[in-house]
Amino acid sequence: MSAITRDEVAHLAKLSRLALTDDELGHFATQLDVIIGSVAKVAEIAAEDVPPSSHALPLTNVFRADEVRQSLTPQQALSGAPAVEDDRFRVPRILGEEA
Amino acid sequence: MSLIHKTAAELGALVASGEVSAVEVATAHLDRIEATEPKLHAFLHVDREVTLSQAREVDSRIASGEQLGPLAGVPIAHKDIFATRDMPTTAASKILEGWRPPYDATVTARLRAAGLVILGKTNLDEFAMGSSTENSAYGVTRNPWDLSRIPGGSSGGSSAAVSGYQAPLSTGTDTGGSIRQPAAVTGIVGMKPTYGGSSRYGLIAFASSLDTPGPFARNVHDAALLHEAFSGYDPMDSTSIDAPVPSVVAAAQAGDISGMRVGIVREFAGDGYQPGVIARFNDAVKMLESLGAEIVEVSCPSFDTALPAYYLIAPSECSSNLARFDAMRYGLRVGDDGTHSAEEVMALTRAAGFGPEVKRRIMLGTYALSSGYYDAYYGQAQKVRTLIARDFEAAFGQVDVLISPTTPTTAFPIGERADDPMAMYLADLCTIPSNLAGNAAISIPCGLADEDNLPVGLQIMAPVLGDDRCYRVGAVLEKAFEARWGGPLLKEAPAL
Repeated sequence: MSAITRDEVAHLAKLSRLALTDDELGHFATQLDVIIGSVAKVAEIAAEDVPPSSHALPLTNVFRADEVRQSLTPQQALSGAPAVEDDRFRVPRILGEEA
Repeated sequence: MSLIHKTAAELGALVASGEVSAVEVATAHLDRIEATEPKLHAFLHVDREVTLSQAREVDSRIASGEQLGPLAGVPIAHKDIFATRDMPTTAASKILEGWRPPYDATVTARLRAAGLVILGKTNLDEFAMGSSTENSAYGVTRNPWDLSRIPGGSSGGSSAAVSGYQAPLSTGTDTGGSIRQPAAVTGIVGMKPTYGGSSRYGLIAFASSLDTPGPFARNVHDAALLHEAFSGYDPMDSTSIDAPVPSVVAAAQAGDISGMRVGIVREFAGDGYQPGVIARFNDAVKMLESLGAEIVEVSCPSFDTALPAYYLIAPSECSSNLARFDAMRYGLRVGDDGTHSAEEVMALTRAAGFGPEVKRRIMLGTYALSSGYYDAYYGQAQKVRTLIARDFEAAFGQVDVLISPTTPTTAFPIGERADDPMAMYLADLCTIPSNLAGNAAISIPCGLADEDNLPVGLQIMAPVLGDDRCYRVGAVLEKAFEARWGGPLLKEAPAL
């Protein structure tokens, strides 16, 4: 596998919603290169006929009864919010970002 | 003997008999915490009044004749990754600084129901990512055996609190070794139950297919009592196992392992293992033989790729789980001054709120899951996971339990591996396979390494839902070791 470049780290940071500084990009590029070089070992395992495991338990489709239960009040649900307006989460603008 | 040196079982009995009140027990431990915190920094949050009000409530429940379990009135240190209504919950991250959850985790609720008294919230590596507690945003925790060394991680506050006699019990979570490794390097007992045996509801998620709450204690029996108190089926956790909790307390009292078959994993040896760790492990093998166990060497060839597979699977799950920290509904928000869009606010908040290890893992996971790399990395890692489960299955066809050192070295100096992620990851070499396969595993003290006089842990692994075997073997070994040492290993630790 090829080494990870600073540009690739910048792309990963963008996908991960992390506003990194130039210094951080360089530092993480060096470290991620070492880590990825080391974990790349898994790519060498011959496992074509081995089924993947996403999980340790053989569980599928766990359902509960569809019953109305007590839940958080609006006040409780909003108790940790950075900003609240009219019993709702107040968020920065999300429209017109491309403009 | 002072209250802080008693076992959890003894404290529970004293409170039940009315000889001592829950308030007195809590006060003794709060005083100890106040006196030793400047040295250890095991806690992120302690509130004397909140703790004492819990203790008063337990006293009045007992006085009114309510039948509580054997741990009623016993204090506990609670890892700051479990939601608690009456105390802040931060996961040691700046992004959750001061957050007060509107609900209790299931583990928290069960502690309260059993009459345990929560002393405070303990320090950890941010979002449980680390093996030293150095990744906490709120400062390092120190090992009571040597204050210049790490207490393990991620549950390092919990291991330091119990080994430093601040609490007889604590909670932890184990995703890649975060209970067993801290227990090993501080000379105490730490158990990772079978995955799904203890509830993840209200546990701040790191890697959901691996995260497992479990107990810390100064002896095997106390750990079993705590294990029983908070484990078992929880409909609020969709991966909770709907089966009875294995009888771990009875197993800790069984007292006999003659005829049991104990496997040594051939792959857990070689470079990177400290000689003193190997020497104590070999002592434990001899001790098991003298106690009537049959020792068998087994091979688990896929364990060699467990570490790389884990460092693809855990970061992948973390990159997805931590997407919820978006600065919109709770936690930190940075840059919301009218000039930044929501997306920019997210990126600024996450850059300011997450520490370096969390950022590294989010980006590593994003990389492993991205198109073009998915099959080669995440997909392959999932196949390795299957191979590891098969290795365990084959091994447990031959033996009742497997043993290994818990971690390749004793506690390393603070700072030594702080900016070298791969060196840090090696601390989890022996513990990770049981997370990937979901089976039960415990760490118990097995002596001090000759080079540095620091504790060494022995790991005992059992099949899925075979948690009782960990306690059975652990308790018998503990008794034999303590007879040889003339008491618990912790009596060798320096006074704080």
